[in-house]
Formats: sequence, structure tokens, C-alpha cells
Amino acid sequence: MQYLLQIYSEGDTQFDNLSADQRAAVTGEYMAISESPQVTGGAQLQPAATATTVRVQDGRTLTTDGPFAETKEALGGYYLIEADDLDAAIELAARVPAARLGGAVEVRPLVER
Amino acid sequence: MGFLGDFELAEEAAQDAFAIAAERWARAGMPANQRAWLVATARNRAIDRIRRERTLTAKYKLLEAPKAVHDEFHDADFRDERLELIFTCCHPALATDAQVALTLRALGGMNTDEIARAFLVPEKTMAQRLVRAKRKIKDAGIPFRIPPAHLLPDRLVAVLAIVYLIFNEGYDGRSPLLASEAIRVGVALAELMPDEPEVLGLLALMLLHDARREARVHDGELVLLADQDRSLWDRSQIAAGRAALARGMPCAALGGRAHTSCRQRSPPCTPRSRPTGRRSRRSTAICRV
Repeated sequence: MQYLLQIYSEGDTQFDNLSADQRAAVTGEYMAISESPQVTGGAQLQPAATATTVRVQDGRTLTTDGPFAETKEALGGYYLIEADDLDAAIELAARVPAARLGGAVEVRPLVER
Repeated sequence: MGFLGDFELAEEAAQDAFAIAAERWARAGMPANQRAWLVATARNRAIDRIRRERTLTAKYKLLEAPKAVHDEFHDADFRDERLELIFTCCHPALATDAQVALTLRALGGMNTDEIARAFLVPEKTMAQRLVRAKRKIKDAGIPFRIPPAHLLPDRLVAVLAIVYLIFNEGYDGRSPLLASEAIRVGVALAELMPDEPEVLGLLALMLLHDARREARVHDGELVLLADQDRSLWDRSQIAAGRAALARGMPCAALGGRAHTSCRQRSPPCTPRSRPTGRRSRRSTAICRV
């Protein structure tokens, strides 16, 4: 089954409070996860402030500065993964550093076509 | 469920199989291997349904599956999968109220209306809750299995918490049906995991509590343990509770919450612990043993 792991964190505060070594270690963890055979895609997103939200109304394109939802927790990155079942997906999600640094990972199955 | 991976489909197929059995066995007599007959029939009905509905997604590899031939199956081939079912119903990815409803529906054998009444919600609400939970099991890929060793301790704690939650909902006579359903699930768990002290401990706790149900309320007032009419205590439940406790003792050397709390309080016949007399449900549940 395919799942999307959406990585949320509260700004980067907990990450920023780590020492340079610890930050490097965390970055290494993210890279190691991307290299797992189960992970078929992924990326880190630039901060929410760089986002633009697009809607179309009566044929006109409307843009708003900022992310879709102005929340304390922002989407910071994602992984696209293959997993046998939800437990396997959860296990991978638990390895994402954001999950233990005050953030959260949403695990959602893709619609299979 | 193990074959189909789809709770709703499995339930419907099982219902179909029972309906067919009721009619056919009355006419033609019972088959030698009844459980195997039911499972084979249910699988065939499910395969028929899938083919009719033409949901041709990759998951339904069953379309290739040959139809089951009744004679080929024996009861011994089909394991009791209630443990898998309990762990699936109590999976942490499901909301607590969904876990409770599913457990009662799948293992307790209560129907949707009974569960709704026990929890004081409209039947439609409960029906939706069950439908959503079953869909989530299918769509999110919640596995139908006993959790692997590294996940088992936490998952077992969750299962026991749900069972105890159900028991407490039924406590104090609010719903004797819920209390006895919780005990029924507890008995099944104890059969399936006879070496788990926490399982035996919880069963003992529930039996010992429930044994005093008749004596607990008099004229609408709560009766303290010391003042209860002991002739109203259910002796067979007390005996069963003590037996569960005794079975769990050798395995409980490492401790365990339910088992320890049961052991610390002496048997109901000679109570040493006095209840505080407060009316809160939580305290009565804990103090009363």
C-alpha cells in the first residue's frame, strides 16, 4: 500500500535549539530515511511564509500570500512510501525526527488506482 | 476477515453463510465440519459479491481465487481468529469510542441498537461510527493479526483498557449487559492467552466486582461493602474469579497492574480494605474488590 507521510512542526524552534552536531545528526536521519527502500519520494519544503495559496473563482485566478491554513504547526516536508500495512507505515513515521521534536507526522493512504 | 481484509464484507458474508446454513441444515442435516462449511460458504459469497460489484482494484486478488469446495475443508484447518479480531478492533489508529463499539459488535455479539442504547447515543450515530471504523480498517490498511512481539505489550494494554472501559460503563447496574459482555470478552481473552497474568488479572477483577452486583444497590442507595447482604453475592463468579487469579499467580511474579491490584485486596469474603464511601464510579470500581 502507498502512504503519504506529511511532516508537521512548530516552526523550527526545537530543531534550532539543538547544537550544530545534533542538527547535523538529525539531518542525517532524514537523509537515511529517504534512502530506505520503502521510500519512493520525498522532499523538504521551504517555510510556510514562502507559500502562495491559489483559488479559481468565476474563471479568475485568486492568489493569497501564505499557506492554505494559518496554523501554528506547518507542513515542513513529506515522504511517499510503500508499506505492507498501517503498522509498517507507522513504524517508519515514528523514525521521522520531527515526531520526537515536538512535531507530528500524518500518515494517510493514497487512493489506489 | 483474514482472507478478505475487509471487515464489512466479511461481516456480510458471514451473515449470508449463517442464513444459508439455517435454511439448508434444517432441510438436509448438518455437515460433518460445521465451522469449515460456514467459512467456505462465507468466502464463496464474498467472492460472488466482489465479482458482481466489479470492484477491480489490485487489492482484490481474490477474483483469481478458486471457489472453495466444501469437502476439502476440515474444522482443524481454520484457526480461531478471535485474538486477531480483538487486536484489530482495538488498534490505536482507531478512536477509542470506535474501538469500544467494534469490540462489542465483533466479539460481544451485541447489535448496533443495543450498543447505541448502552452508550446513550442514537442508533444512527452508532451505526455511522461502526461504518467509519470498518472503512478505516480497510482503507488505511490496519492489519488483521496478532501484533508482533515488539508491539504486543502496548497493544495488549490497549485491549485490556477497552475491555475494562466497557465493564466500567456497565458498572453499578447501569447496564448489566455491558458488564457481562466485557466479562465474555475477558473470558475469550483468557482462553486465547492463558499465560498472560494481566489478562487473568482483569478477568478476576471483573468477575469479583460483578459477583456483588445484586448486593450493591438497595432501594436505590449504594451499599457499602461491609454492609452488603452476602447471600446475594454470586458464588460461582467469585469462584471463577479466584480461579483466574490463582492461574495468573505463577506468571504474575513480574507484577502487572490488574493482577496486583486484584491480589492486594483480599477475597471478598473477608474484606480488609474499606471503601471510602464516596459515590464516584472510579473509586467504587477500585475500592470495592
